[in-house]
Amino acid sequence: MKQIEKELVIIGGGPAGLAAAVAAYDKGLRDILILERDVALGGILRQCIHNGFGLHRFGEELTGPEYAARYEQQVKERGIPYMTETMVTELRADRTVVARSAAMGIFEIKAGAVILAMGCRERPKGALGIAGTRPAGIYTAGTAQKFVNMKGMMPGKEVVILGSGDIGLIMARRMTLEGARVKAVCELMPYSGGLARNIEQCLNDFDIPLLLSHTVIDIHGKERLEAVTIAKVDERRRPIPGTEQTIPCDTLLLSCGLIPENELTAQAGVPMDRITNGALVDGDRQTEIPGVFACGNVLHVHDLVDYVSEEAAIAGEAAVRFLRGESKKSILVSVKTDGKVRYTVPQILTEAKDTRLYFRVSDVFRGKKIVLKAGDRVLLEKKTVKLAPGEMETVTVKAEWLSELAEGEISISLSD
Amino acid sequence: MKERNLTCIVCPRGCALTVRFDGAGKITSVEGNACKRGVVYAEKECTHPERTVTSTVRTEGGAVVAVKTATTVPKEKVFAVMKEINAARAPRSVSIGDVIIENVAGTGVAVVATANI
Repeated sequence: MKQIEKELVIIGGGPAGLAAAVAAYDKGLRDILILERDVALGGILRQCIHNGFGLHRFGEELTGPEYAARYEQQVKERGIPYMTETMVTELRADRTVVARSAAMGIFEIKAGAVILAMGCRERPKGALGIAGTRPAGIYTAGTAQKFVNMKGMMPGKEVVILGSGDIGLIMARRMTLEGARVKAVCELMPYSGGLARNIEQCLNDFDIPLLLSHTVIDIHGKERLEAVTIAKVDERRRPIPGTEQTIPCDTLLLSCGLIPENELTAQAGVPMDRITNGALVDGDRQTEIPGVFACGNVLHVHDLVDYVSEEAAIAGEAAVRFLRGESKKSILVSVKTDGKVRYTVPQILTEAKDTRLYFRVSDVFRGKKIVLKAGDRVLLEKKTVKLAPGEMETVTVKAEWLSELAEGEISISLSD
Repeated sequence: MKERNLTCIVCPRGCALTVRFDGAGKITSVEGNACKRGVVYAEKECTHPERTVTSTVRTEGGAVVAVKTATTVPKEKVFAVMKEINAARAPRSVSIGDVIIENVAGTGVAVVATANI
């Protein structure tokens, strides 16, 4: 097996991997390699042809392929090496990366540092446990997006969408524009997981009904999907008898959540956060295995690619500091959540510097305060109008609080 | 006094806007916006709503390339724009920004490529 050595290996050439590579290069590192399993760089943005990307990062509204192309160009201008159609199959705790490609065969890279940037994938049908037959015509929303936007093929004409995540909303509009009839978007929860603007411009613009507290309880059809039965659910998400209705359709799209793709992370023995399904990281986005960093949707699912780029740049720069022996772990403070705040990233703080915590809440909350505490001492209270699980929030922990605390816990919670 | 509730689509924040009108239907106030763009959006949305259309165009080589309207187009023209986009053919090789349709559906707006192929 061919063996090579690299200072920094980045697994994944999507928005996270590209931004991490650029940041590492700009910090002075040259010995970088990006490994991408698809035929081109850019990741999922390549099929996200809708606009709305880049307002934070570039101050203008771009489509997914345009946003990806900006970073791809930055990578190419710097001459950062990358390999496409290259699949990483193994990651070890000593930062050995095993990959394979048609050009290279199976090869092993001894890496000084590794950045995990593998992204996430959609929750598949099998994980949803819907009763009924198993006909053709059931796709995840992202698969349908690939068919329509990359292949120019329509998966069907009469569509029901289960789940109101952003990809499902975007696909409701996309299928409608291409002549399909989207009959309903069913959402199990009493609120949508998607952005308010997408409900407006993807559903309301086309009079597509959003049925909250509804789910698909039965699938009909032998060869091809013929209909789905939907029902209203109660507060414990159980279908309510008597509310069933059967909707004829040939296509069911699933937009029921994204799962960070962490097989390699788990294989290397990186300690994980059970809520995010990503690694536990510190402010540098360093995992508990030294020299292994994570960023983007493999770490926690983001709503906006702009934040992915931001996070990836943190990881890219931190990896360079690690390689130069400049990382300092001066404190050890863990961040505790109250359940209403479901998780934070980072979860561990190891440096006494201003650190932004990214977090999500568990339900829709109105008029709550975000409270940051060290023991009984209130560090910060921030009033909010509305918090929703679909929208990531941030709060900054100040350097002085951390240097005072040095060891222990800070807690983040919601109160009235 | 009439009122209309809108969700601003200018950025991912998605502000909930309340637009008030006088008896003649003229806008008297916009509330709920976090920035100035919300007011502009509300005024447009209540007079002549506009949208950006994104789609794909088949290339001579048989692949598809992503495209968008270079600026927003009147909302009522969206399906007319889609019809022309679906009838168009792009060259085999296209770069970001290349004009694929010059004046789509009489809007005066170009359809441009958003990907390289």
